[in-house]
Parts: sequence; C-alpha cells; structure tokens
Amino acid sequence: MILLIDYGVGNLFSLKSSLCMIGEEVQVSREPEEIRLADRLILPGVGAFEDAAAKLRASGLDQVIRKEAASGKPLLGICLGMQLLFERSYEYGIHEGLGLLKGEIRPIAEKIPASFKIPQMGWNALSIMKESRILKDIREGEYVYFVHSYSATGCDESLVAVTDYGAELTACVEKDNIMGCQFHPEKSGDTGIRILKNFCEIK
Amino acid sequence: MIAKRIIPCLDVKDGRVVKGVNFHHLEDVASPVDLARKYSAEGADELVFYDITASAEGRRLFTDILKETARQVFIPLTVGGGIRTTEDFDRVLKCGADKVSVNSGAIADPSLIGKAARLYGNQCVVLSADVKRVDGVFRVFAKGGRENTGMEAIEWIRRGVGEGAGEVVVNSMDTDGVKNGFDLELLEKVCGAVKVPVIASGGAGSIRDFIELFRKIPDVDAGLAASIFHYGEVAIRELKAEMKENRIEVRL
Repeated sequence: MILLIDYGVGNLFSLKSSLCMIGEEVQVSREPEEIRLADRLILPGVGAFEDAAAKLRASGLDQVIRKEAASGKPLLGICLGMQLLFERSYEYGIHEGLGLLKGEIRPIAEKIPASFKIPQMGWNALSIMKESRILKDIREGEYVYFVHSYSATGCDESLVAVTDYGAELTACVEKDNIMGCQFHPEKSGDTGIRILKNFCEIK
Repeated sequence: MIAKRIIPCLDVKDGRVVKGVNFHHLEDVASPVDLARKYSAEGADELVFYDITASAEGRRLFTDILKETARQVFIPLTVGGGIRTTEDFDRVLKCGADKVSVNSGAIADPSLIGKAARLYGNQCVVLSADVKRVDGVFRVFAKGGRENTGMEAIEWIRRGVGEGAGEVVVNSMDTDGVKNGFDLELLEKVCGAVKVPVIASGGAGSIRDFIELFRKIPDVDAGLAASIFHYGEVAIRELKAEMKENRIEVRL
C-alpha cells in the first residue's frame, strides 16, 4: 500500500488517479500510524516552501517522515515535496527542510540566462547522469512536465538526472530509499507513469 | 530545452465537445473524455477544457467530465469558462484541473487574478484574452467575444500578468475560424510585453501555420487549436513530426 502524505498543500487528485491507474492501492492520510503502516510514501506539494515546511513541523509530520525514512521505507518527493527533502531553501528567506538529502534549494534565476521565462513551465527532456532505480528503463531525452522557479543545488551523489533550461537544473534525485522528482510524474504522460511504476516496484 | 507545446482545446457544452466558427454556429463533435484520451495518446502536450454552458446542470456535467478525464489522462489540464470567483477555481481544481483560465471574470474583477494566484500559485492562473482589431487598435472583448470592453489588449495582458497570471492565452478573433494562420502581429506584441508563457490561439488551419508561428515568433510557447484537430484536418502526431523536422523543439 502506497500512502500520499496529505498535509494540506496541493491537489492530490491527479497523483492518486495515476497511481490507481497502475493498479496501486492508494491511501491519502496524515495519520502517523497509517504512515508507519504504509509500504511506501509520497510527499507531494505545490506552493511556497516556507508554508509547506511550517505545516509539516506544526503537525509533527516532519518527525514522522524522518523516522520512516531512517527505517529504509521508500520515500518519493514530488515538486515542492522533493525540495522539502533537502537541507534548506532560499525561497523568500532561509528555511529549513527535512535534511534527508544533502543540498539546498535556490532560485533558478541565479543559474539561467535572463531571457528565459520563470517559472520553467512545460515539457523538458531528462538528461541522465547515472543509473538509478527511480529512472529504470527511462531513456536519455524523454520529456517530463515541469513547473518550478526554484531547484536543488549541491546534491552531490543523489543527482540522477538534470534538464537543460539555459543551465543544467536538477530534475531527479535518489539516495538509497529517498527519491525526488522536480517534475510532475503524474502529469508527464506515459514516461511519468513508468517512473511512478518504478517507485512502486522498489523493495 | 523546453519543448513547444501543442494544445487541443475542447469547448464543452452540456457534456459534449462543440466548436464555434467565429464564435457562432456551434456544432456537436464528440465525447470530451474520448477525445481527451485520443489526443493524449497522439502526443498532445496539454488540454484545455472550456465550459461554455451557463446552466447549473451543464456545469455539473462539466465537472463530472473533467473528473473522468483527469482519472484517465495524465497530461496538464487547463479549465476555463465561467470562472468568476476563487470558489470557481476551487471547484475545478478539486476535479483534477492543473490550471484555470480566467477571461470575462477577470475583466469584471481584475483582483480575481491576484486572489487566485496567492491561493494557488501564479502557475495555476492563466489569463485568456479574446482580442480583435477595432479601428486599427487591439481591443479586449468579453463574454465570449460579444462585448467590446474598450480596453487596449496589450495593456490589459500586461496588467493581468502584473496581477499574478502565470500564463497567457491570446485568442485573435480576427484570425479565429479563418484557418489562414495565427495572428503573428498580435502575438509578437504580446511576447514583447510579458515574460510569462504565451499560448497562441485562433487561426491555425494547417501544419504550416504552426511551423510559421514557432519560427517567426520563437518566444511563443504553445499553439492552441480546436476544430482542425477535432475534424482530423491536422493530426497531432504528424504535426509534431514536421515540427521536429523543422528543428523546432518538440516532445515526440
């Protein structure tokens, strides 16, 4: 059973639908006991980092997620949910993340040429940096759907794929049982469905 | 690099897809869910659903269809039509929409854009503008193109983006339904005025029109069309293959 952590940030309809489509049993919850019992966890999220991080802390979910992550349970962060896995973000101030992955979240404006539109909104190609379980059988150059103005930097060994938006931006990370997609697999057509399937098959 | 998007638009009335020619003469076309699935399979990058019903019953049918589509189709969905309040945003977002486009609702109350952007993020708010030349000036029309607001179009679009719209759909009423190419003059002006993604709408009649659009105005992010896709005059797969041949970045 896969559990979508519901902490009041973003819309889970499409994510839930896509997981149901691939035949997964899906639960949407914020109950620590249910999170503990789930086989794998997805941390979704759309919106502002500060607000989302505050909601995780206020509900105590930050501690629950850290504990489950330490137990080796597969955890996938999507979009803002991925950014929350890192140490900190520089989105309107400096805010602490969950610190499950090394690196920090910085504005893409710092990296890309001024002529590029922000947010990066649309389909962009994955450039694969190293083999991973989350991108198993995903080929170089497959397109996925991005909507973001910030991206992870200094990821070191967790970096598995980047995308070119005038500069190389972090697209996908994986370190042991912790994984993250900056893009939205639930909105990335067939490629996205295969990525979610990969996550569901991780033991 | 980021790909140029091809977006079929589905005008939905009483649970069916219809397409107006010059905003009149509506014809029944197909089931929205079937059509959405077909377009997604053929490589559409995104879908726009416009609710052109006014009745409560029509609205209920529309959200049912939206939900069913979002259960089956895993590409971005934008919803427009009759969006006047943040409650309207909430209603369609809960049914699986990713973005919501505002048109007459934002003209009646421009603060709607900012309110929605603060609640759901700029990326969620799309400003859609129906534009027509009146005595040589681009004017914004409201109510499905029936009412001249008197506002100058570029100024209005710039203001909408300033209020928080994260994307703009520019529909040229002059080229809409004519099938002789997009309104390049208008689109160039809009692209020069705003730094958010711009979606071109109105006028596509052939594959060549899309190639011309992306070649002549590289800042345009997407091309939107309805009837030429619905009636099979342009096949999405073929269109994207030709875009690639013309070295336009495209997702195949």
